[in-house]
Amino acid sequence: MGSWKVAEKTFVLGEFRDTATLLSAGRALREANLGKLDAYSPYPVHGIEEALAIPKSIVPRIALTGGMMGVIGGYSLQYWCNVIDYPINVGGRPLHGFPSNIPITFESGILLTALSIFFGSMFLFGLPRPYHPVFESEAFRSASLDRFWLSIESDLLPQDLESHEEKLRALGAVHVETVRGAIE
Amino acid sequence: MTSASAAFNLTDVRAKAKAARAELEPPPWIASPAVSGMALEDGAINKSMLQFIWQKPGKQWLGLLGLGMAGIGLLVFSIAVTVVGGIGMWGNNIPVGWGWGITNFVWWIGIGHAGTLISAILLLFQQKWRTSINRFAEAMTLFAVVCAALFPVLHTGRPWLAIYWLFPYPNTMWMWPNFKSALMWDVFAVSTYGTTSLLYWFLGLIPDFASLRDASVGKRQRMIYGMLALGWTGSARAWNHYKIAYLILAGIATPLVLSVHTIVSFDFAVSVIPGWHTTIFPPYFVAGAVFSGFAMVITLMIPMRKFMKLEHVVTMRHLELMTKVILVTGMIVSYGYLAEHFAAWYSGNQFEYFVFYNRRNGPYKFIFWLMVTCNVVTPNIFWFAKARTSLAIMWIASIAINVGMWCERFVIIVTSLHRDFLTSSWAIFTPTWVDISLYVGTLSLFGTLLLLFVRYVPAIAVSEVKELAVEMNHAAQGASDGASQHGPHGVPAGVPAAPLSGKEG
Repeated sequence: MGSWKVAEKTFVLGEFRDTATLLSAGRALREANLGKLDAYSPYPVHGIEEALAIPKSIVPRIALTGGMMGVIGGYSLQYWCNVIDYPINVGGRPLHGFPSNIPITFESGILLTALSIFFGSMFLFGLPRPYHPVFESEAFRSASLDRFWLSIESDLLPQDLESHEEKLRALGAVHVETVRGAIE
Repeated sequence: MTSASAAFNLTDVRAKAKAARAELEPPPWIASPAVSGMALEDGAINKSMLQFIWQKPGKQWLGLLGLGMAGIGLLVFSIAVTVVGGIGMWGNNIPVGWGWGITNFVWWIGIGHAGTLISAILLLFQQKWRTSINRFAEAMTLFAVVCAALFPVLHTGRPWLAIYWLFPYPNTMWMWPNFKSALMWDVFAVSTYGTTSLLYWFLGLIPDFASLRDASVGKRQRMIYGMLALGWTGSARAWNHYKIAYLILAGIATPLVLSVHTIVSFDFAVSVIPGWHTTIFPPYFVAGAVFSGFAMVITLMIPMRKFMKLEHVVTMRHLELMTKVILVTGMIVSYGYLAEHFAAWYSGNQFEYFVFYNRRNGPYKFIFWLMVTCNVVTPNIFWFAKARTSLAIMWIASIAINVGMWCERFVIIVTSLHRDFLTSSWAIFTPTWVDISLYVGTLSLFGTLLLLFVRYVPAIAVSEVKELAVEMNHAAQGASDGASQHGPHGVPAGVPAAPLSGKEG
């Protein structure tokens, strides 16, 4: 019916005790080129972007666009309302008062920057997303607490991915698990 | 040539001073045994910081909640009285058109400013000690803004119509607000401030909600926190965006917080009322806001860290640093008072002169001198290390400052209005029971929201403290592999890391 694509994906997960092992394992997996990689950690791990070759974030550009829109929109709103659509003469003051338009222009610039950062990054995170195949693993709970995880994403079925599991173990994973589930 | 060598000398002096200070004062999280504990594992940190959420509510908590709820009842009742009976139910009169309502508004907004200052400005200045207190302070901001916003909305008299007076939306009459009014600037400033604070707070909370989801034992808890975490996995691809999003939000919150109280002060400063029409207002209002906000953080943090057993995260060092901020901003505020009175005397303008004479000697002199005692005299106690490290002294002083700052707003508003240009229109302002109930009601609302917050939401930024703990461990091991060069959420931190490894070596 709709064009909502739901595909089954397999994730081979490996749990690591510390960030050093995580980083070296991440680097090794990237060189092995097994599939889309991701890491999961309770806090941002320094150096993981380089290890997994994650591209630079576009959030700053989103923020700048939002901010510019806010500034332009805020000023034009005031101009349009007070000069074009509903001009009122208050004690002979000019209809277009540049300095008195600055505070609202500034505030709407900030407001739209904040809104675009928040909703832009929500979009980039893919949130809200109540279900993710990695949640199939009960042990994966530690990813937000005190452990570090790596995942290899694949279209293959779990039974075809045993070599990936071996690879993760060899790289120092203390726990390895393969999960499969729908992801849009 | 000369200027270049002077600049060189200046940097040299600055570097030397910095080194000397670093020796005297190691970073706060080193001196105290355990801001999150050097030896603590991430799991243990988690447990110690989230334990309060899993515990059964204690009698004290329930008692306070009951009290808060009763206060909210009073608030709802007094709002109803205001709406039905109109602004005449308040003590406002002509010429005192702004009474307690605006006093409370400015006071509450000021309280909120410490939250943004701690979470955003200190983040940008790489002051890592903020990590333990920022989440709580941000929540305080949010709840203070809620309380603040109530007053101007009610003060419009007919809040149901205020929507088209205040917000430019296409209404059936096709009328638009006058954007040249400072009151309109205020609407935009406060609503932007509220929205941005909420987004910043929630963004910071997402990873912590995920922690709660994953640490929870009950199914219901897991479901609720799971929904609040929105499905956060802690993916490196998400953290990549998250770090920069958080940093930019902090970056824009910093000018925002300065602009908000500046614009609040414009409500007064752009008018032609003697006592209000002065250029010192913006900086003096911002300093006053930070002053009262930090005092409120201390007032609330001291009991909270005790009841929630968070002494290992919110240490004496944190409190001491906050008293230093209070001391500095207190000095700025004192200077503001001095400058105002001096300018009034020096101006030679009889109306200006009279307003300040009337503040010192008029019918409200008691409140003026109480303000001076609380805001000018009290913070000086923090010159002494003993006062900066005594919980009792700091708690009492912080309450005095909160009282003093409320008096300041009252003095600015009421004493400037009640004896205006024409002697025939002079009047005295006295609050009615509705004024008092509204104020007590917002205090209860604020308290109740905070009680609910510390009970159901991580009051400490767990993921940031973990990151800091790891960083401290790295530094302690003398590992200078670059991992120690990053602060909470990937903010580069050059200065504080350096003396650390120096100490180890």
